[in-house]
Amino acid sequence: MPEKFVARLDEFKDGERRIVFVGDNEIGVFRHQGAFYAYSNFCLHQGGPACEGLTIAKVEERLRPDKTSMGLYFSESEMHFVCPWHGMEYDMKTGECVADRRKKLKKFQVVQKGDEVYVLA
Amino acid sequence: MDLIADRGRRVTVEELNTTRLLAHARKQAHKRGFDDILIVDVDAHHYENEHYDEFLPFMENDVLRQLVTVGRSTRQRPGIVPIPTGYQDMGGRVTRYPMRSSEKTDQGQLRDVQLGHRWMDAMGVDYSCLFPTGMLNIGLHPQTEMEVELCWAYNRWLTEKVMPEAGGRFFSLLCLPFADPDAALRQVETFGGRKHVGGFMITTVRANIGVHDNAYMKVYRAMEERGLAIAFHSGVNWSDIAFKNCNRFISVHALGFTWYNIVNCTNWVINGIGERFPGLPVIWMESGLAWVPFLMQRLDHEYMLRPSEAPLLKKKPSDYMRDMYYSSQPMEIQDYDAMETTFRMINAETQLLYSSDYPHWDFDLPSTVWDLPFLSERAKHNILGGTAARLFKLAPRNEKQKANLEKFGNLAAA
Repeated sequence: MPEKFVARLDEFKDGERRIVFVGDNEIGVFRHQGAFYAYSNFCLHQGGPACEGLTIAKVEERLRPDKTSMGLYFSESEMHFVCPWHGMEYDMKTGECVADRRKKLKKFQVVQKGDEVYVLA
Repeated sequence: MDLIADRGRRVTVEELNTTRLLAHARKQAHKRGFDDILIVDVDAHHYENEHYDEFLPFMENDVLRQLVTVGRSTRQRPGIVPIPTGYQDMGGRVTRYPMRSSEKTDQGQLRDVQLGHRWMDAMGVDYSCLFPTGMLNIGLHPQTEMEVELCWAYNRWLTEKVMPEAGGRFFSLLCLPFADPDAALRQVETFGGRKHVGGFMITTVRANIGVHDNAYMKVYRAMEERGLAIAFHSGVNWSDIAFKNCNRFISVHALGFTWYNIVNCTNWVINGIGERFPGLPVIWMESGLAWVPFLMQRLDHEYMLRPSEAPLLKKKPSDYMRDMYYSSQPMEIQDYDAMETTFRMINAETQLLYSSDYPHWDFDLPSTVWDLPFLSERAKHNILGGTAARLFKLAPRNEKQKANLEKFGNLAAA
Protein backbone atom coordinates (compact mmCIF):
# COMPACT_ATOMS: atom_id res chain seq x y z
CA MET A 1 0.00 0.00 0.00
CA PRO A 2 1.53 3.35 -0.99
CA GLU A 3 2.68 5.73 1.70
CA LYS A 4 1.64 9.36 1.60
CA PHE A 5 3.70 11.92 3.46
CA VAL A 6 1.66 13.79 6.07
CA ALA A 7 4.06 16.03 7.99
CA ARG A 8 7.33 16.23 9.83
CA LEU A 9 6.80 15.08 13.40
CA ASP A 10 8.12 18.29 14.93
CA GLU A 11 5.73 20.34 12.78
CA PHE A 12 2.64 18.26 13.66
CA LYS A 13 1.72 19.25 17.20
CA ASP A 14 -0.67 17.44 19.49
CA GLY A 15 -4.25 18.64 18.90
CA GLU A 16 -3.58 19.47 15.26
CA ARG A 17 -4.86 17.83 12.06
CA ARG A 18 -3.69 17.57 8.49
CA ILE A 19 -5.64 16.81 5.33
CA VAL A 20 -3.78 14.84 2.68
CA PHE A 21 -4.90 14.19 -0.87
CA VAL A 22 -4.40 10.84 -2.55
CA GLY A 23 -5.84 11.00 -6.06
CA ASP A 24 -9.53 11.81 -5.60
CA ASN A 25 -9.40 10.65 -2.03
CA GLU A 26 -8.94 12.88 1.01
CA ILE A 27 -7.69 11.69 4.37
CA GLY A 28 -7.81 13.57 7.65
CA VAL A 29 -4.96 12.82 10.04
CA PHE A 30 -5.27 13.83 13.68
CA ARG A 31 -2.65 13.88 16.40
CA HIS A 32 -4.42 13.40 19.70
CA GLN A 33 -2.76 12.69 23.03
CA GLY A 34 0.38 11.43 21.32
CA ALA A 35 -1.36 9.03 18.94
CA PHE A 36 -2.22 9.44 15.28
CA TYR A 37 -5.63 8.68 13.77
CA ALA A 38 -6.51 8.87 10.09
CA TYR A 39 -9.96 8.73 8.48
CA SER A 40 -11.72 9.39 5.21
CA ASN A 41 -12.55 13.08 4.94
CA PHE A 42 -15.98 12.37 3.46
CA CYS A 43 -18.79 12.57 6.01
CA LEU A 44 -21.22 9.64 6.04
CA HIS A 45 -24.13 12.06 6.22
CA GLN A 46 -23.95 14.24 3.10
CA GLY A 47 -20.30 13.98 2.14
CA GLY A 48 -18.97 17.02 3.99
CA PRO A 49 -15.32 17.45 4.99
CA ALA A 50 -15.69 15.30 8.09
CA CYS A 51 -12.18 15.87 9.44
CA GLU A 52 -11.93 19.63 8.92
CA GLY A 53 -14.09 20.94 11.73
CA LEU A 54 -13.97 21.33 15.47
CA THR A 55 -12.56 18.70 17.80
CA ILE A 56 -14.50 18.63 21.04
CA ALA A 57 -14.91 16.27 23.95
CA LYS A 58 -17.96 14.02 24.10
CA VAL A 59 -20.85 15.51 26.04
CA GLU A 60 -22.10 13.26 28.82
CA GLU A 61 -25.12 13.43 31.08
CA ARG A 62 -24.26 12.03 34.47
CA LEU A 63 -26.84 10.37 36.67
CA ARG A 64 -26.94 9.83 40.40
CA PRO A 65 -27.71 6.35 41.77
CA ASP A 66 -31.36 7.33 42.09
CA LYS A 67 -31.36 8.12 38.32
CA THR A 68 -31.77 11.87 38.78
CA SER A 69 -29.67 13.94 36.41
CA MET A 70 -26.57 15.79 37.56
CA GLY A 71 -26.46 17.73 34.31
CA LEU A 72 -24.10 17.89 31.35
CA TYR A 73 -20.32 17.44 31.40
CA PHE A 74 -17.48 17.21 28.91
CA SER A 75 -15.98 13.71 28.94
CA GLU A 76 -12.54 13.30 30.47
CA SER A 77 -11.60 10.52 28.06
CA GLU A 78 -13.54 10.57 24.81
CA MET A 79 -12.68 13.07 22.10
CA HIS A 80 -14.81 13.71 19.03
CA PHE A 81 -14.23 15.41 15.72
CA VAL A 82 -17.12 17.14 14.03
CA CYS A 83 -18.05 17.58 10.39
CA PRO A 84 -18.41 21.33 9.93
CA TRP A 85 -21.28 21.06 7.45
CA HIS A 86 -23.99 19.76 9.80
CA GLY A 87 -22.27 18.87 13.05
CA MET A 88 -22.14 15.08 12.70
CA GLU A 89 -19.77 13.83 15.41
CA TYR A 90 -17.24 11.01 15.17
CA ASP A 91 -15.23 9.20 17.83
CA MET A 92 -11.57 10.18 17.47
CA LYS A 93 -10.27 6.73 18.38
CA THR A 94 -12.62 4.61 16.24
CA GLY A 95 -14.12 6.84 13.55
CA GLU A 96 -17.57 5.71 14.62
CA CYS A 97 -20.50 8.07 14.14
CA VAL A 98 -21.42 8.69 17.76
CA ALA A 99 -25.17 8.90 17.08
CA ASP A 100 -25.09 5.47 15.40
CA ARG A 101 -21.93 3.50 16.09
CA ARG A 102 -22.75 0.96 13.39
CA LYS A 103 -21.60 3.62 10.94
CA LYS A 104 -17.86 4.21 10.66
CA LEU A 105 -15.57 6.35 8.58
CA LYS A 106 -12.93 4.39 6.68
CA LYS A 107 -9.82 4.23 8.83
CA PHE A 108 -6.25 4.46 7.53
CA GLN A 109 -3.01 3.34 9.13
CA VAL A 110 -0.50 5.97 10.15
CA VAL A 111 3.21 5.16 10.41
CA GLN A 112 6.15 7.10 11.76
CA LYS A 113 9.47 6.88 9.93
CA GLY A 114 12.15 8.71 11.82
CA ASP A 115 10.86 12.21 12.28
CA GLU A 116 8.26 11.94 9.52
CA VAL A 117 4.60 10.87 9.57
CA TYR A 118 3.02 8.91 6.73
CA VAL A 119 -0.43 7.52 6.03
CA LEU A 120 -0.96 4.26 4.17
CA ALA A 121 -3.53 4.92 1.48
CA MET B 1 -8.83 31.12 13.21
CA ASP B 2 -9.31 29.62 16.66
CA LEU B 3 -12.62 28.29 17.99
CA ILE B 4 -13.24 27.52 21.65
CA ALA B 5 -14.02 23.87 22.34
CA ASP B 6 -14.24 21.97 25.63
CA ARG B 7 -12.83 23.58 28.79
CA GLY B 8 -11.68 26.66 26.89
CA ARG B 9 -9.39 24.59 24.62
CA ARG B 10 -8.58 26.43 21.40
CA VAL B 11 -8.92 24.60 18.09
CA THR B 12 -7.50 26.09 14.94
CA VAL B 13 -9.65 25.79 11.83
CA GLU B 14 -9.18 27.29 8.39
CA GLU B 15 -10.70 30.71 7.87
CA LEU B 16 -14.08 30.52 6.21
CA ASN B 17 -14.29 30.40 2.45
CA THR B 18 -17.62 29.09 1.24
CA THR B 19 -16.18 27.73 -1.99
CA ARG B 20 -13.52 25.83 -0.05
CA LEU B 21 -15.99 24.64 2.60
CA LEU B 22 -18.31 23.31 -0.09
CA ALA B 23 -15.61 21.76 -2.28
CA HIS B 24 -17.14 18.34 -1.75
CA ALA B 25 -20.52 19.67 -2.87
CA ARG B 26 -18.89 20.82 -6.09
CA LYS B 27 -17.45 17.32 -6.57
CA GLN B 28 -20.92 15.83 -6.08
CA ALA B 29 -22.43 18.28 -8.56
CA HIS B 30 -19.78 17.52 -11.17
CA LYS B 31 -20.10 13.76 -10.74
CA ARG B 32 -23.88 13.88 -11.16
CA GLY B 33 -23.89 16.33 -14.07
CA PHE B 34 -25.90 18.94 -12.19
CA ASP B 35 -24.77 21.73 -14.49
CA ASP B 36 -26.96 20.13 -17.18
CA ILE B 37 -30.02 20.17 -14.93
CA LEU B 38 -31.86 23.31 -13.92
CA ILE B 39 -31.73 23.33 -10.14
CA VAL B 40 -33.85 25.76 -8.16
CA ASP B 41 -33.37 26.19 -4.45
CA VAL B 42 -36.68 27.53 -3.14
CA ASP B 43 -35.42 28.26 0.37
CA ALA B 44 -31.98 29.77 0.93
CA HIS B 45 -31.02 32.50 3.33
CA HIS B 46 -28.89 35.52 3.79
CA TYR B 47 -28.11 37.46 6.95
CA GLU B 48 -29.95 40.70 6.33
CA ASN B 49 -29.52 41.51 10.02
CA GLU B 50 -25.86 42.23 9.21
CA HIS B 51 -26.96 44.91 6.75
CA TYR B 52 -29.34 47.05 8.78
CA ASP B 53 -27.33 50.09 7.71
CA GLU B 54 -28.39 49.40 4.15
CA PHE B 55 -32.08 48.70 4.53
CA LEU B 56 -33.37 50.57 7.58
CA PRO B 57 -33.14 53.88 5.68
CA PHE B 58 -35.98 52.52 3.49
CA MET B 59 -38.39 52.72 6.43
CA GLU B 60 -41.18 55.19 5.66
CA ASN B 61 -42.06 56.55 9.09
CA ASP B 62 -39.65 59.24 10.25
CA VAL B 63 -40.12 58.55 13.93
CA LEU B 64 -39.75 54.78 13.76
CA ARG B 65 -36.77 55.04 11.43
CA GLN B 66 -35.05 57.47 13.79
CA LEU B 67 -35.80 55.13 16.67
CA VAL B 68 -33.88 52.21 15.17
CA THR B 69 -31.09 54.01 13.36
CA VAL B 70 -29.81 56.76 15.62
CA GLY B 71 -27.59 56.00 18.56
CA ARG B 72 -26.79 52.47 17.46
CA SER B 73 -23.23 52.16 16.38
CA THR B 74 -22.82 48.45 15.74
CA ARG B 75 -23.51 47.00 12.31
CA GLN B 76 -25.79 44.27 13.60
CA ARG B 77 -27.91 46.55 15.83
CA PRO B 78 -29.36 44.11 18.35
CA GLY B 79 -32.88 44.69 19.60
CA ILE B 80 -34.57 45.60 16.33
CA VAL B 81 -36.05 42.17 15.62
CA PRO B 82 -36.73 39.68 18.45
CA ILE B 83 -34.17 36.89 18.70
CA PRO B 84 -35.50 33.61 20.11
CA THR B 85 -33.28 31.57 22.39
CA GLY B 86 -31.41 28.79 20.63
CA TYR B 87 -28.12 27.24 19.56
CA GLN B 88 -28.29 26.78 15.81
CA ASP B 89 -24.48 26.62 15.59
CA MET B 90 -24.20 23.77 18.16
CA GLY B 91 -21.57 25.54 20.19
CA GLY B 92 -19.44 26.26 17.13
CA ARG B 93 -19.57 22.70 15.79
CA VAL B 94 -21.14 24.11 12.63
CA THR B 95 -18.18 26.36 11.99
CA ARG B 96 -19.65 28.71 9.38
CA TYR B 97 -21.70 30.41 12.10
CA PRO B 98 -18.90 31.68 14.35
CA MET B 99 -16.56 32.21 11.39
CA ARG B 100 -18.99 33.98 9.10
CA SER B 101 -17.48 37.41 9.60
CA SER B 102 -14.03 36.07 8.65
CA GLU B 103 -15.01 35.29 5.06
CA LYS B 104 -13.49 37.72 2.58
CA THR B 105 -15.49 39.19 -0.29
CA ASP B 106 -14.55 41.66 -3.01
CA GLN B 107 -15.30 45.35 -2.90
CA GLY B 108 -17.78 46.66 -5.41
CA GLN B 109 -20.41 43.91 -5.28
CA LEU B 110 -22.85 43.21 -2.47
CA ARG B 111 -21.40 40.71 0.00
CA ASP B 112 -24.61 38.68 0.16
CA VAL B 113 -24.68 38.32 -3.60
CA GLN B 114 -21.10 37.09 -3.67
CA LEU B 115 -21.67 34.64 -0.85
CA GLY B 116 -24.89 33.43 -2.44
CA HIS B 117 -23.22 32.77 -5.76
CA ARG B 118 -20.42 30.87 -4.03
CA TRP B 119 -22.70 28.33 -2.44
CA MET B 120 -24.97 28.13 -5.48
CA ASP B 121 -22.04 27.47 -7.80
CA ALA B 122 -20.66 24.85 -5.43
CA MET B 123 -23.94 22.95 -5.22
CA GLY B 124 -24.91 23.36 -8.87
CA VAL B 125 -27.88 25.57 -7.98
CA ASP B 126 -29.00 27.90 -10.76
CA TYR B 127 -31.60 29.99 -8.93
CA SER B 128 -32.18 30.65 -5.25
CA CYS B 129 -35.28 31.98 -3.57
CA LEU B 130 -33.68 34.28 -1.06
CA PHE B 131 -35.14 34.62 2.42
CA PRO B 132 -33.90 36.57 5.42
CA THR B 133 -32.67 35.08 8.67
CA GLY B 134 -33.37 37.51 11.53
CA MET B 135 -36.52 38.78 9.88
CA LEU B 136 -37.99 35.28 10.12
CA ASN B 137 -38.79 36.33 13.69
CA ILE B 138 -40.60 39.50 12.67
CA GLY B 139 -43.88 37.92 13.74
CA LEU B 140 -42.71 38.07 17.35
CA HIS B 141 -42.28 41.83 17.27
CA PRO B 142 -44.59 43.41 19.83
CA GLN B 143 -45.30 46.44 17.63
CA THR B 144 -47.46 45.86 14.56
CA GLU B 145 -46.39 49.18 13.03
CA MET B 146 -42.73 48.22 13.39
CA GLU B 147 -43.36 44.87 11.67
CA VAL B 148 -44.99 46.74 8.80
CA GLU B 149 -42.14 49.23 8.54
CA LEU B 150 -39.36 46.64 8.71
CA CYS B 151 -41.02 44.43 6.08
CA TRP B 152 -41.46 47.43 3.84
CA ALA B 153 -37.83 48.48 4.21
CA TYR B 154 -36.51 44.94 3.68
CA ASN B 155 -38.71 44.37 0.64
CA ARG B 156 -37.56 47.65 -0.95
CA TRP B 157 -33.89 46.89 -0.26
CA LEU B 158 -34.19 43.36 -1.59
CA THR B 159 -36.03 44.34 -4.78
CA GLU B 160 -34.13 47.56 -5.48
CA LYS B 161 -30.58 46.77 -4.35
CA VAL B 162 -29.87 43.10 -3.72
CA MET B 163 -31.69 41.10 -6.40
CA PRO B 164 -30.89 43.49 -9.27
CA GLU B 165 -27.19 42.90 -8.55
CA ALA B 166 -27.46 39.11 -8.56
CA GLY B 167 -27.32 38.52 -12.30
CA GLY B 168 -30.90 37.27 -12.30
CA ARG B 169 -30.11 34.25 -10.12
CA PHE B 170 -32.00 35.36 -7.00
CA PHE B 171 -35.72 35.66 -6.67
CA SER B 172 -37.80 35.97 -3.54
CA LEU B 173 -41.12 35.53 -1.84
CA LEU B 174 -41.15 38.80 0.04
CA CYS B 175 -41.86 39.28 3.75
CA LEU B 176 -45.53 39.91 4.38
CA PRO B 177 -46.46 41.96 7.49
CA PHE B 178 -49.19 39.53 8.46
CA ALA B 179 -50.09 41.34 11.67
CA ASP B 180 -51.71 44.11 9.61
CA PRO B 181 -53.85 42.80 6.72
CA ASP B 182 -54.29 46.27 5.18
CA ALA B 183 -50.56 46.86 5.19
CA ALA B 184 -50.00 43.37 3.82
CA LEU B 185 -52.33 44.16 0.93
CA ARG B 186 -50.51 47.42 0.22
CA GLN B 187 -47.19 45.58 0.05
CA VAL B 188 -48.63 42.98 -2.33
CA GLU B 189 -49.94 45.80 -4.52
CA THR B 190 -46.65 47.71 -4.34
CA PHE B 191 -44.09 44.94 -4.68
CA GLY B 192 -46.05 42.11 -6.27
CA GLY B 193 -45.31 43.18 -9.82
CA ARG B 194 -41.61 43.82 -9.35
CA LYS B 195 -38.93 41.83 -11.08
CA HIS B 196 -37.62 38.75 -9.25
CA VAL B 197 -40.74 38.59 -7.01
CA GLY B 198 -42.49 35.23 -7.10
CA GLY B 199 -44.89 35.90 -4.27
CA PHE B 200 -44.96 36.52 -0.55
CA MET B 201 -43.86 34.68 2.55
CA ILE B 202 -45.52 34.60 5.95
CA THR B 203 -43.28 33.86 8.89
CA THR B 204 -45.32 31.47 10.96
CA VAL B 205 -43.69 31.95 14.36
CA ARG B 206 -46.33 34.30 15.68
CA ALA B 207 -48.36 34.80 18.81
CA ASN B 208 -51.63 35.19 16.93
CA ILE B 209 -52.13 33.92 13.44
CA GLY B 210 -55.41 32.79 11.98
CA VAL B 211 -54.83 32.28 8.29
CA HIS B 212 -58.57 31.80 7.84
CA ASP B 213 -59.52 35.22 9.23
CA ASN B 214 -61.79 37.18 6.90
CA ALA B 215 -59.34 40.08 7.04
CA TYR B 216 -56.85 38.14 4.91
CA MET B 217 -59.13 37.18 2.04
CA LYS B 218 -58.39 40.39 0.14
CA VAL B 219 -54.66 39.67 0.51
CA TYR B 220 -55.00 36.17 -0.88
CA ARG B 221 -57.18 37.43 -3.70
CA ALA B 222 -54.62 40.09 -4.62
CA MET B 223 -51.89 37.46 -4.80
CA GLU B 224 -54.02 35.04 -6.80
CA GLU B 225 -54.97 37.77 -9.29
CA ARG B 226 -51.30 38.56 -9.85
CA GLY B 227 -50.23 34.97 -10.33
CA LEU B 228 -48.11 35.04 -7.18
CA ALA B 229 -47.44 32.26 -4.69
CA ILE B 230 -47.88 32.33 -0.92
CA ALA B 231 -45.41 30.56 1.33
CA PHE B 232 -45.50 29.77 5.02
CA HIS B 233 -41.98 29.66 6.41
CA SER B 234 -41.70 27.93 9.76
CA GLY B 235 -39.29 28.44 12.63
CA VAL B 236 -38.71 27.98 16.33
CA ASN B 237 -39.73 29.88 19.44
CA TRP B 238 -38.63 28.32 22.69
CA SER B 239 -40.67 30.91 24.59
CA ASP B 240 -43.89 29.62 23.05
CA ILE B 241 -46.00 28.00 25.73
CA ALA B 242 -46.09 24.82 23.63
CA PHE B 243 -42.36 24.35 24.09
CA LYS B 244 -41.68 25.69 27.56
CA ASN B 245 -41.49 22.17 28.89
CA CYS B 246 -38.75 21.21 26.42
CA ASN B 247 -35.30 21.37 28.03
CA ARG B 248 -33.13 20.85 24.94
CA PHE B 249 -32.90 22.83 21.72
CA ILE B 250 -33.06 19.62 19.68
CA SER B 251 -36.57 19.06 21.01
CA VAL B 252 -37.75 22.59 20.29
CA HIS B 253 -36.21 22.53 16.82
CA ALA B 254 -37.58 19.11 15.89
CA LEU B 255 -41.10 20.01 16.99
CA GLY B 256 -41.25 23.75 16.39
CA PHE B 257 -40.52 23.76 12.68
CA THR B 258 -43.30 21.27 12.09
CA TRP B 259 -45.77 22.55 14.65
CA TYR B 260 -46.37 26.01 13.21
CA ASN B 261 -46.96 24.67 9.73
CA ILE B 262 -49.22 21.92 11.07
CA VAL B 263 -51.43 24.53 12.75
CA ASN B 264 -51.54 26.87 9.78
CA CYS B 265 -52.02 24.14 7.22
CA THR B 266 -54.88 22.71 9.29
CA ASN B 267 -56.67 26.05 9.43
CA TRP B 268 -56.03 26.65 5.73
CA VAL B 269 -57.49 23.31 4.72
CA ILE B 270 -60.39 23.02 7.14
CA ASN B 271 -61.62 26.52 6.32
CA GLY B 272 -61.64 25.77 2.63
CA ILE B 273 -59.14 28.45 1.59
CA GLY B 274 -58.13 26.12 -1.22
CA GLU B 275 -61.73 26.18 -2.52
CA ARG B 276 -61.86 29.96 -2.24
CA PHE B 277 -58.56 30.60 -4.06
CA PRO B 278 -57.90 27.58 -6.25
CA GLY B 279 -55.42 29.49 -8.39
CA LEU B 280 -53.18 30.53 -5.49
CA PRO B 281 -50.11 28.29 -5.17
CA VAL B 282 -49.36 27.51 -1.51
CA ILE B 283 -45.91 26.39 -0.34
CA TRP B 284 -45.09 24.99 3.10
CA MET B 285 -41.47 25.70 3.91
CA GLU B 286 -38.71 24.25 6.06
CA SER B 287 -40.69 21.76 8.03
CA GLY B 288 -39.31 18.66 6.39
CA LEU B 289 -41.80 16.15 5.03
CA ALA B 290 -42.63 13.66 7.77
CA TRP B 291 -45.39 15.87 9.19
CA VAL B 292 -47.39 15.85 5.96
CA PRO B 293 -48.57 12.20 5.96
CA PHE B 294 -49.29 12.54 9.68
CA LEU B 295 -51.53 15.55 9.13
CA MET B 296 -53.20 14.05 6.06
CA GLN B 297 -54.19 10.98 8.03
CA ARG B 298 -55.38 12.93 11.06
CA LEU B 299 -57.47 15.40 9.09
CA ASP B 300 -58.97 12.79 6.75
CA HIS B 301 -59.94 10.62 9.69
CA GLU B 302 -61.71 13.43 11.51
CA TYR B 303 -63.28 14.87 8.36
CA MET B 304 -65.00 11.58 7.53
CA LEU B 305 -66.89 11.89 10.83
CA ARG B 306 -67.26 15.66 11.17
CA PRO B 307 -67.77 17.15 7.66
CA SER B 308 -70.27 19.60 9.13
CA GLU B 309 -67.33 21.48 10.67
CA ALA B 310 -65.61 21.88 7.32
CA PRO B 311 -68.57 22.56 4.99
CA LEU B 312 -66.58 24.30 2.27
CA LEU B 313 -64.65 21.15 1.46
CA LYS B 314 -65.58 19.20 -1.66
CA LYS B 315 -62.96 16.51 -1.20
CA LYS B 316 -60.83 15.11 1.59
CA PRO B 317 -58.35 17.34 3.41
CA SER B 318 -55.48 15.27 2.06
CA ASP B 319 -56.64 16.01 -1.48
CA TYR B 320 -56.28 19.72 -0.80
CA MET B 321 -52.89 19.09 0.73
CA ARG B 322 -51.86 17.29 -2.46
CA ASP B 323 -52.71 20.45 -4.36
CA MET B 324 -50.10 22.35 -2.34
CA TYR B 325 -46.33 22.49 -2.62
CA TYR B 326 -43.71 21.53 -0.06
CA SER B 327 -40.07 22.56 0.18
CA SER B 328 -37.91 19.51 0.69
CA GLN B 329 -35.53 20.46 3.47
CA PRO B 330 -34.79 19.04 5.97
CA MET B 331 -35.61 15.66 4.45
CA GLU B 332 -35.82 13.09 7.22
CA ILE B 333 -33.71 10.43 5.50
CA GLN B 334 -33.59 7.66 8.06
CA ASP B 335 -36.08 5.18 6.67
CA TYR B 336 -36.34 4.93 2.88
CA ASP B 337 -39.61 2.98 3.04
CA ALA B 338 -41.25 5.70 5.12
CA MET B 339 -39.84 8.35 2.83
CA GLU B 340 -41.10 6.58 -0.28
CA THR B 341 -44.58 6.46 1.28
CA THR B 342 -44.34 10.15 2.07
CA PHE B 343 -43.35 10.96 -1.50
CA ARG B 344 -46.29 8.96 -2.78
CA MET B 345 -48.73 10.63 -0.39
CA ILE B 346 -47.72 14.17 -1.31
CA ASN B 347 -47.40 13.52 -5.07
CA ALA B 348 -43.78 14.54 -4.80
CA GLU B 349 -43.23 14.25 -8.52
CA THR B 350 -45.35 17.36 -9.07
CA GLN B 351 -45.57 18.98 -5.60
CA LEU B 352 -42.13 18.78 -4.02
CA LEU B 353 -39.65 21.60 -4.45
CA TYR B 354 -35.95 21.17 -3.66
CA SER B 355 -34.61 23.53 -1.00
CA SER B 356 -31.21 23.74 0.63
CA ASP B 357 -31.82 26.17 3.52
CA TYR B 358 -28.15 27.06 3.15
CA PRO B 359 -26.31 28.44 5.04
CA HIS B 360 -28.32 27.25 8.03
CA TRP B 361 -27.09 24.28 10.03
CA ASP B 362 -29.30 21.52 8.60
CA PHE B 363 -28.99 22.36 4.90
CA ASP B 364 -29.55 19.73 2.21
CA LEU B 365 -27.54 19.34 -0.98
CA PRO B 366 -29.25 18.56 -4.33
CA SER B 367 -27.72 15.06 -4.09
CA THR B 368 -30.10 14.27 -1.21
CA VAL B 369 -32.88 14.23 -3.81
CA TRP B 370 -30.88 12.93 -6.77
CA ASP B 371 -29.57 9.89 -4.90
CA LEU B 372 -32.93 8.64 -3.62
CA PRO B 373 -33.22 5.07 -4.93
CA PHE B 374 -36.97 5.06 -5.50
CA LEU B 375 -37.34 8.20 -7.65
CA SER B 376 -37.91 8.18 -11.40
CA GLU B 377 -35.77 10.38 -13.63
CA ARG B 378 -38.76 12.64 -14.21
CA ALA B 379 -39.33 13.03 -10.46
CA LYS B 380 -35.69 13.92 -9.87
CA HIS B 381 -35.72 16.59 -12.55
CA ASN B 382 -39.07 17.97 -11.43
CA ILE B 383 -38.18 18.14 -7.76
CA LEU B 384 -34.73 19.63 -8.26
CA GLY B 385 -35.98 22.45 -10.43
CA GLY B 386 -38.50 21.62 -13.13
CA THR B 387 -41.57 22.20 -10.99
CA ALA B 388 -40.15 25.44 -9.59
CA ALA B 389 -39.18 26.56 -13.11
CA ARG B 390 -42.83 26.21 -14.13
CA LEU B 391 -44.14 27.83 -10.96
CA PHE B 392 -41.80 30.85 -11.07
CA LYS B 393 -41.21 30.95 -14.85
CA LEU B 394 -37.46 30.52 -14.60
CA ALA B 395 -35.45 30.16 -17.78
CA PRO B 396 -32.79 27.51 -18.37
CA ARG B 397 -29.20 28.76 -18.15
CA ASN B 398 -27.78 26.56 -20.90
CA GLU B 399 -28.92 24.40 -23.80
CA LYS B 400 -28.70 21.10 -21.91
CA GLN B 401 -30.89 22.48 -19.16
CA LYS B 402 -33.36 23.64 -21.79
CA ALA B 403 -33.44 20.19 -23.35
CA ASN B 404 -34.04 18.59 -19.96
CA LEU B 405 -36.83 21.04 -19.14
CA GLU B 406 -38.47 20.31 -22.49
CA LYS B 407 -38.09 16.57 -22.01
CA PHE B 408 -40.14 16.67 -18.81
CA GLY B 409 -42.58 19.42 -19.82
CA ASN B 410 -41.13 22.06 -17.53
CA LEU B 411 -40.02 24.72 -20.00
CA ALA B 412 -42.09 27.71 -18.94
CA ALA B 413 -39.72 30.55 -19.78
CA ALA B 414 -37.15 30.80 -22.54
